[in-house]
Amino acid sequence: MKAFRYERPASIEEAARLAADRPNARFIAGGTNLLDLMKLQVETPATLIDVNRLPLGRVEATPDGGLRIGALVRNADLAAHPRVRSEYAVLSKALLAGASGQLRNKATTAGNLLQRTRCYYFYDTTKPCNKREPGSGCAAIGGFNRIHAVLGASEACIATNPSDMNVAMRALDAVVETVAPDGAARQIPIADFHRLPGDTPQTETDLRPGELITAVTLPKPVKGVHLYRKVRDRASYAFAVVSVAAIIDKEGDKVGAARLAFGGLAHKPWRVEGAEAALVASGRADDAADAVLRGARGQGGNDFKIPLARRTLRAVVAEATRA
Amino acid sequence: MDMSQPIGSTPLDAKPDGLVGRGIDRIEGRLKVTGAAPYAYETRELKNPAYGMIVEAAIARGRIRAIDLTAARRAPGVIHVMTHENAPPQGKKKEQVGPVLKGPEIVHFGQPIAFVVAETFEQARAAAALVRVDYERAEGRFDLRAAMPAAIVPKQVASPPDSSLGDFEGAFAAAAVKLDVEYTTPVQTHAMMEPHATIAGWDGDRVTLYTANQMLNRGQVSLASVLDLPVENVRLVSRYIGGGFGAKLQPQADAVFAALASRVIGRPVKVALTRQQEFHGSTRRSDTIQRVRLGSDAEGRLSAIAHESWSDTTSGDDFYETSANVTRSLYAAPNRLTRHRLAHLDLPLSSAMRAPGEAVGQLAFECAMDELAERLGLDPIELRVRNEPSEDPEKKVPFSTRQLVPCMREGARLFGWEKRGAPGSIRDGQWLVGLGMSAAARLNPLQPSSASLRLERDGSLTVRMAMTDIGTGTYTILAQIAGEMMGVPVDRVRVELGDTLFPKAAGSGGSWGAASAGSALYVACDDLRRRLAEKAGLDPAAAAFADGRISGGGPSVALADLAGEGIEVTGEIKPGDLNKRFSQYSYGAHFAEVGVDIDTGEVRLRRMLGVFTGGRILNAKTARSQAIGGMIFGVGAALTEEVAIDGRFGTFVNHDLAEYHVPVHADIPAIDAVFLPELDDKANPLKSKGLGELGICGAGASIANAVHNATGIRIRDYPLTLDKVLRGLEERDGGAQLRRT
Repeated sequence: MKAFRYERPASIEEAARLAADRPNARFIAGGTNLLDLMKLQVETPATLIDVNRLPLGRVEATPDGGLRIGALVRNADLAAHPRVRSEYAVLSKALLAGASGQLRNKATTAGNLLQRTRCYYFYDTTKPCNKREPGSGCAAIGGFNRIHAVLGASEACIATNPSDMNVAMRALDAVVETVAPDGAARQIPIADFHRLPGDTPQTETDLRPGELITAVTLPKPVKGVHLYRKVRDRASYAFAVVSVAAIIDKEGDKVGAARLAFGGLAHKPWRVEGAEAALVASGRADDAADAVLRGARGQGGNDFKIPLARRTLRAVVAEATRA
Repeated sequence: MDMSQPIGSTPLDAKPDGLVGRGIDRIEGRLKVTGAAPYAYETRELKNPAYGMIVEAAIARGRIRAIDLTAARRAPGVIHVMTHENAPPQGKKKEQVGPVLKGPEIVHFGQPIAFVVAETFEQARAAAALVRVDYERAEGRFDLRAAMPAAIVPKQVASPPDSSLGDFEGAFAAAAVKLDVEYTTPVQTHAMMEPHATIAGWDGDRVTLYTANQMLNRGQVSLASVLDLPVENVRLVSRYIGGGFGAKLQPQADAVFAALASRVIGRPVKVALTRQQEFHGSTRRSDTIQRVRLGSDAEGRLSAIAHESWSDTTSGDDFYETSANVTRSLYAAPNRLTRHRLAHLDLPLSSAMRAPGEAVGQLAFECAMDELAERLGLDPIELRVRNEPSEDPEKKVPFSTRQLVPCMREGARLFGWEKRGAPGSIRDGQWLVGLGMSAAARLNPLQPSSASLRLERDGSLTVRMAMTDIGTGTYTILAQIAGEMMGVPVDRVRVELGDTLFPKAAGSGGSWGAASAGSALYVACDDLRRRLAEKAGLDPAAAAFADGRISGGGPSVALADLAGEGIEVTGEIKPGDLNKRFSQYSYGAHFAEVGVDIDTGEVRLRRMLGVFTGGRILNAKTARSQAIGGMIFGVGAALTEEVAIDGRFGTFVNHDLAEYHVPVHADIPAIDAVFLPELDDKANPLKSKGLGELGICGAGASIANAVHNATGIRIRDYPLTLDKVLRGLEERDGGAQLRRT
């Protein structure tokens, strides 16, 4: 770990201003990912801006019947929130599928949005990684890439986004609220928040320098069966190999409406609206899978994710329509 | 005492419901759970230590052209930076413990290339990252399969690498039913909770190391060699150890660095390996390739058994996985062959990990038996029963005790083995359900050990020995042995371990700890009993010890009244020739039920049972913990644990506990271990056998066999991760089209 300056601003405005003034500054909340990366010098911020005391820890109803989740709401608290459990069950289930009890007590909503990839090579500073060191190359391509992306990857990076929460947020069409150093507020739809790697895998989100996440807003609840199916290498405390967040509303025996988002497949939560339409149209999971997996390409070690995603989707659709 | 004669009746036999055997809580448990038990890195005896950090090589093979220490030396708090250019002279390599920083040559990724010492841990770590190295890279060899043709016959250590009996090839060719299969197991890491850690300090030319180590007297000798000191000038202290599983059988680089640096800077130095460093900077279990060939008649009587194993280690080292050793004694067959081959690769050092040999050997062999049973249409237990030997099939000597068949039968009864169906026939919702079993066997060794026992003036007892407790319960069972032998309650027995100032002991490893240390203490108790009886004017043979008193016909006398200023005795145990005249193993049988997700191929354990025999059980609770701990190791070996090698870099890719998957609580539902009554009078005066490794032996195979029973899919490449199961499910389902929703 490199020595760093530590700041604990008293207000949101001050936090954003500090972030703009200080070169190479990072916000820290739960620190469950950032501190690990700092110990390995994958991240070497010159200043840490501790936002834990900012008034961003509340969950409140929005006028249109949705929910506004403060950036600092802990994953454990969010998962246990009565409205989240009853009306946004896919989010509660996704959160509880992630990490461990200790980590969920510490990790925050905004921090989870910014969780970085678990690519082995990203964590190993003796290896090339375009995300860690732009222009150095990608060691995962041609390497041990069992956990890597099959969709939306580039020649520069085949990393995945490891978050469970993000997949559910994508299915729910969450909106990320931010404040810029100049005080301007902005709303970023979750679909635009995370980026594909392209030529700049080091840039993972739409956030601008110094911009601080203040909340995540959920639109009013989506009717239907909420499921989060996480396929993983052990029963708990493992990142998703593939995951599916699904909200499926039945009309009689048919699928009336569906939302499907996938984790473990790409650099961002993967959602193809055409797939949802296909499922509604035919009622067949494989038609949705065809649409989701169009253009999917394995890297050798992760080829299995393509049939796995299809089979997992079948299981989820079967469960939702059986219910 | 040496074990040349079977043990007759002992005071421990007289009280079957006595202290020994009772499942009492660990006597040091409270200290541990309250954080009051100092582990090596936390000891405070050596004042004002500086902090060290190891710098690891970033390449796997080549040379250091130059090291630039300018920035590291200038970094805040840095006291000293050691490299091969300024390292103090060192002595000779002893066993696997060698000098550090020998020169510019790099032989594996993560090899220590520098040691930074600073005022604080954070400063040492930050400065370590500033060491700049210019490497000359060379091609490395990292692939066992590619190295198989060049593999050598390893040097004989304890057992011969090859064995044969009769005419295997001829009998196999003529067999009515044949099986010829290859199994592979990956590199594994010990993943104990406490990393390697040492605090070292000097007093003149004597060094003391507070270090996480399983075998202190062995470590003392090897460190004395490397540090070029007389053995008596090296003291090792290791009072509490957070698991070892073989990784701490021998001192690692942390101990050598701490001692060297402390001498250079004239101040104690402490260092611990980071979790990531544990993967490359410590030892590992080698990957193996194993070929098993079985030939039998139509009724399942084996005529030919062959088990061949290839493993690898760093160039210049001799360690190999003795995968096929246990196969030499497990099942009867007149024609037999075992072979071990060793490849030298540019990977970190291989060494012992819980049940070296048996753990991976039975992963292969016990699945091969399951395959043969299926081919024969026989129940796997019945196949094993039909090949139960009447004596050790290779050594041709009797077994000291062997209750493999009772373990299998009792396990089958307790587990509901009769519910096992044909492969792929049982479904529970999304789960394909299967049952599997495996035999378990582990060599039972005895090592020389000594113990001192002192009757204090107040009638309490103090036990001292350079034994270790690596979390197994040694403190507790020693208190139980002394307490029962001397008729004193456990809370009146003080057990002091983990210091080479105390009498030499075997340490913890190879499943010999409890038997060896416990027997030395037994001998000391026996001596003290005799002395006290004589003092009390009693016939030693008739004297009884209970409630802190000795009696024998007349009125009883308090031990305190006989103690005077204290009486100290020493007990010693040595192996005799009984281990050659008898084949000595612990045995057991594992039963596992798994569910395999029909869509995703995820394998989840549903329940597991081990039925074991280990001679006299010294503490029912710690014995059960050892057994289920071993079984859980087996779950990891079967389903999740694999150190993945990047063949381009010679790097262990998943070198942290986020991506090297050991089982977590959710992976271990109903699990139990039971012990059948047994006393082994050929083993040691306690009549006990080792349990530390028995639980892992065969455990993973029972799970792999259950996966086969659940799905009909046989996977011969451990671990059975979901991608491998999925391949089988896809093939079975005939591709993606057939099962459209």
